[in-house]
Amino acid sequence: MKYLFPILAILTGILLWYALSIALNPVIHVGGITLQGAPTEQTMGNVQRIFYYHVPSAWTAFILFFINFGASIYYLIKRCPTADIVALVCAEVGVVFCTVVLVTGPIWARPVWGIWWTWDMRLTSTLVLWLIYVSYLFLRRFSSSGQTPVLAAALAVLGALCVPFVYFSIWFFRTQHPQPVMGGGGSIDPRMLHVLLINWLAFSCFAFLVCWSRFRLEKLQREVDEAHAMRSLMDEPGQSPPMAKASIGKSGSAK
Amino acid sequence: MTGNPYLFAAYAATWIIHIAYLSTIVSRYRRVKREIEELKK
Amino acid sequence: MNSTTTISASSAKGKTVSGITRATLLKDLRLEWRSKDAINSMLFFSLLVVVVFSFSFDPTAEESRQIAGGLVWVAFLFASVVALNQTWARELRNQVLDAYRVSPAPPNSLFMAKSLGNFVFVVVLEMLMTPLFIAFYRLRSIGPAWQLLLVAALGTWALVVNGTFFAAMSIRTRSREIMLPLLLFPISIPAILAMVQATTAILNGEGARFWIVLLVTYDLVFTTSCLLLFETVLNAE
Repeated sequence: MKYLFPILAILTGILLWYALSIALNPVIHVGGITLQGAPTEQTMGNVQRIFYYHVPSAWTAFILFFINFGASIYYLIKRCPTADIVALVCAEVGVVFCTVVLVTGPIWARPVWGIWWTWDMRLTSTLVLWLIYVSYLFLRRFSSSGQTPVLAAALAVLGALCVPFVYFSIWFFRTQHPQPVMGGGGSIDPRMLHVLLINWLAFSCFAFLVCWSRFRLEKLQREVDEAHAMRSLMDEPGQSPPMAKASIGKSGSAK
Repeated sequence: MTGNPYLFAAYAATWIIHIAYLSTIVSRYRRVKREIEELKK
Repeated sequence: MNSTTTISASSAKGKTVSGITRATLLKDLRLEWRSKDAINSMLFFSLLVVVVFSFSFDPTAEESRQIAGGLVWVAFLFASVVALNQTWARELRNQVLDAYRVSPAPPNSLFMAKSLGNFVFVVVLEMLMTPLFIAFYRLRSIGPAWQLLLVAALGTWALVVNGTFFAAMSIRTRSREIMLPLLLFPISIPAILAMVQATTAILNGEGARFWIVLLVTYDLVFTTSCLLLFETVLNAE
């Protein structure tokens, strides 16, 4: 299944292109077929179309952080290195998607309300989530490699436990100090929902592929680090130890 | 495209962020490949 | 040296969790009382913080009195970080942590003792800083003052229990002094929000019940989680 990744990449690319087209245009024509896209919003106009990138990115980030939580718990119980890599990968990619949310949010808020930042519940919670997981990534970078998986897993568990508190406290804070609500409350036009879900599907596939690449990179990197460590242990600068050669050979062809 | 600069900025920013992250993955991948070649010697 | 004798003494007395916790806590407090290192530096630090805040946020302005709840807690937060950073410093200096790891004493009792010790230190700091804040900002509480004490206790415990845990984590990292606030602040945000909102509400005579309940829940959840995870963190490697 060597071609699985490129095939999935091409399919995801097509899906993303389709999702982008229907997000930007009320109607698109593909070949002879006319497809329904997102209608223009009444009050906000075309700027509202940012919604189709802003919200799916948020949902994708939340899912990734949830997987990080699960992988961290699994690691604490079973001490499985793969779980540790999954946790790292999901946190990193989750932070990337979170960054997208935090950048598109103000870009949306500015033309609509004239201010760059609103203490809107989604935006504020996403900011705190971003801070928690960036601190997780800092811990991973700054701790020595033997203990990193355990410490990081413990932090991930505490961070995930914090999430409900973040939501409750900011929800109450906002009801005391009402702020503009982004994305509009209440029911959503079914055509908009359709476009939103397609974009979410596209970004989820994209996130999956990015995680997969990052996972393979991390596995490779760890094998190389192990080989380096073994070589310095064996203290033979000219020759790499046979065990290390075999493992690199394996990972080299497993591409 | 409907000519709204903020809309364009938001979509562009999204893809710039994703492409930036992907390029870090690619460059680290190249570096690991180089390290593997060196180890094989 | 004192610590290892305490461990063997406490294990001789009986391996009850509360017994060891009490012994470790008393040891910490005794050591601190004798050297007065940490308390003196933190005292002066607190005074400096209050003075700097007074210059930055004009105490005579009406707006400052309205945000005084927030100011007080930010000052306490920074003072706690200073206190927490040297929580494990003494242990590290004398390789006591390794002794704890191999001793039969349960890690939870060590954690509780450390947290309670830090709690006492930070509460002492707060008791010293509060009169200064009241004097400089001419604070008056419209709501019941006992609720302020409750909020102070709950909020301080929230900071201290997480801070002690993250301090234990950050001693195994490079740049350990900066790692503690990096890890502590994001996770403490709901608690900080609750503390500040509750304090402001009580000072202005409004209800703070939601925030107090949130703080109680937060304290319960995080105390339990830190106790459960501490052994794993202590033995990591």
